[in-house]
Amino acid sequence: MADDLNYLPAARLAEMLGSGKISSVGLVQSCLARTKAVDGRVKAFNSCDEAGALALAQDSDQRRAAGQARGPLDGIPVGFKDVIAVAGQPLTCSSKMLANFISPYDATVTEKLTAAGAIPFGRLNMDEFAMGSSTENSAFGPTANPWDLTRVPGGSSGGSAAAVAAGEVSLTLGSDTGGSIRQPAALCGIVGLKPTYGLVSRYGLAAYASSLDQIGTMARTVEDAALLLGAIAGHDERDSTSFKADVPDYRAELARSKGRWRLGVPKEFFGAGLDPEVGAAVKAAIEHYRATGCEIREVSLPLAAEYAIAVYYLIATAEASSNLARYDGVRYGRRSAKAKDAVDLYYQSRAEGFGDEVKRRIILGTHVLSSGYYDAYYLRAQKVRTLIRNEFTAVLRDCDALLSPTSPTAAFKLGEKSSDPLAMYLTDIYTISVNLAGLPGISVPCGFTTGGLPIGLQIIGRPFDEAGLLSIARHYEQAHGWYSKHPSL
Amino acid sequence: MSANSDLNIDYLANLARLALTGAEKEKFSRQLGDILHYVEKLKQVDVSGVEPMAHASPVFNVWQEDAVRPGLPVDEALRNAPAQRQHMIVVPKVVE
Repeated sequence: MADDLNYLPAARLAEMLGSGKISSVGLVQSCLARTKAVDGRVKAFNSCDEAGALALAQDSDQRRAAGQARGPLDGIPVGFKDVIAVAGQPLTCSSKMLANFISPYDATVTEKLTAAGAIPFGRLNMDEFAMGSSTENSAFGPTANPWDLTRVPGGSSGGSAAAVAAGEVSLTLGSDTGGSIRQPAALCGIVGLKPTYGLVSRYGLAAYASSLDQIGTMARTVEDAALLLGAIAGHDERDSTSFKADVPDYRAELARSKGRWRLGVPKEFFGAGLDPEVGAAVKAAIEHYRATGCEIREVSLPLAAEYAIAVYYLIATAEASSNLARYDGVRYGRRSAKAKDAVDLYYQSRAEGFGDEVKRRIILGTHVLSSGYYDAYYLRAQKVRTLIRNEFTAVLRDCDALLSPTSPTAAFKLGEKSSDPLAMYLTDIYTISVNLAGLPGISVPCGFTTGGLPIGLQIIGRPFDEAGLLSIARHYEQAHGWYSKHPSL
Repeated sequence: MSANSDLNIDYLANLARLALTGAEKEKFSRQLGDILHYVEKLKQVDVSGVEPMAHASPVFNVWQEDAVRPGLPVDEALRNAPAQRQHMIVVPKVVE
């Protein structure tokens, strides 16, 4: 059974810590007990730093007793996708390649969170090197969906979503390159926010596709997403694509929201392939906005709908083949014992260290960048990317945000799509174009299928307007309160 | 754009420094053929006069002061090295 704290939002836990109703040590113990009770079945965590978390919780309680608490996140455990560096902790990317890797330094988001008093609680399972949509590509075995253990949690941040849905921790970090925060958030019935490209530093995030990767937040409520985003956002000179944007108090902005937004509905995002139950739930959410004074406009994103997946799999694999060249068995990571000579060390270490999906993407990316194919594939994809971005820019001129399904279906069965890479890629059809355009996107729960599986509403915002995006998301969330439902585990 | 048969798996595996088994080569060739067939649709888009987009962040030419600042200590930098000796990484013999 879950105890009283396991399903409370972080904002409420912060209040209870502030008033002395609970201690950070007690909170960490509650998370540890829940993790021990359910994670054998859910398998959200690759590892958990029990002693480290308890020590940091003690520090937090002492700070608070001395009147030196650092803010609302002080003493609150946060789970990290196993792709973000925490000094002294493992960083595996759920790959055999990095099975024994220990981070020598902190990611910028880690520095910011620990400075705010948050407690790095454990390392969350993912598709290997964030390549996948189901968490089945983990070298350490799949994570299960807490709502139905025979189904996938989505991916690649499947562990980050499942840990929140299972009541193990209230806040987790994920990364999103083509939907890897929003899609698992939808499939697990939680809130997942991918910020604008450039708002959150990527320093200390193991790179997959650098022009698309973005760290973001996974939480039970929109308010919690706002709280966590405020702690990790901001310019960082160690990431050259980091933007000098103002970081408002996102949580305070929620209270100031004016409502009556102009919201666009891209008609192509409701076509063939969309599960009828998912479509109905999303349309009901759109009707809620209309009924509460918002102006709903049908808009058209023909290029994004038709070409985003093709563009993505050329650009992302090209960048991946380049980024993953660093895993060569020399300076860190797996080194083959079978190598005949120095060059064979590369071939054998990479063959032993990488799983199938990573190998596939490296081969594809190598192909699209290779002599004779670069213009036809990579350069053409980058040009279509420009057209897709322009298409979003045009519709967002007249709309505050766009509404769509997050994923075309609810959670699918473990093994259902794992032998057909293209079918798996198509599950990201509504999320991928948002990364290509660099926009912020959020998935909020908007109901359940008759089979009891969560459904997600995606809201796409203007660049660096996370405050507006969160307000629009909260407007729906508060009226429906899907977050009060939990899986029985 | 190319036909699917243009994907030369041996050539690519060599460029990527990746040893593949016969079964992997057969499987990946087939799966990547499906994906390359799918991306052929990009040929339909008129991209004449369109600038390619490298990333979405509105920042260009980022400069930093050329200032000395603390880096990773040697022991930390080498903590994940598969083999090391006297603050150096050991690799198989490169030159006979």
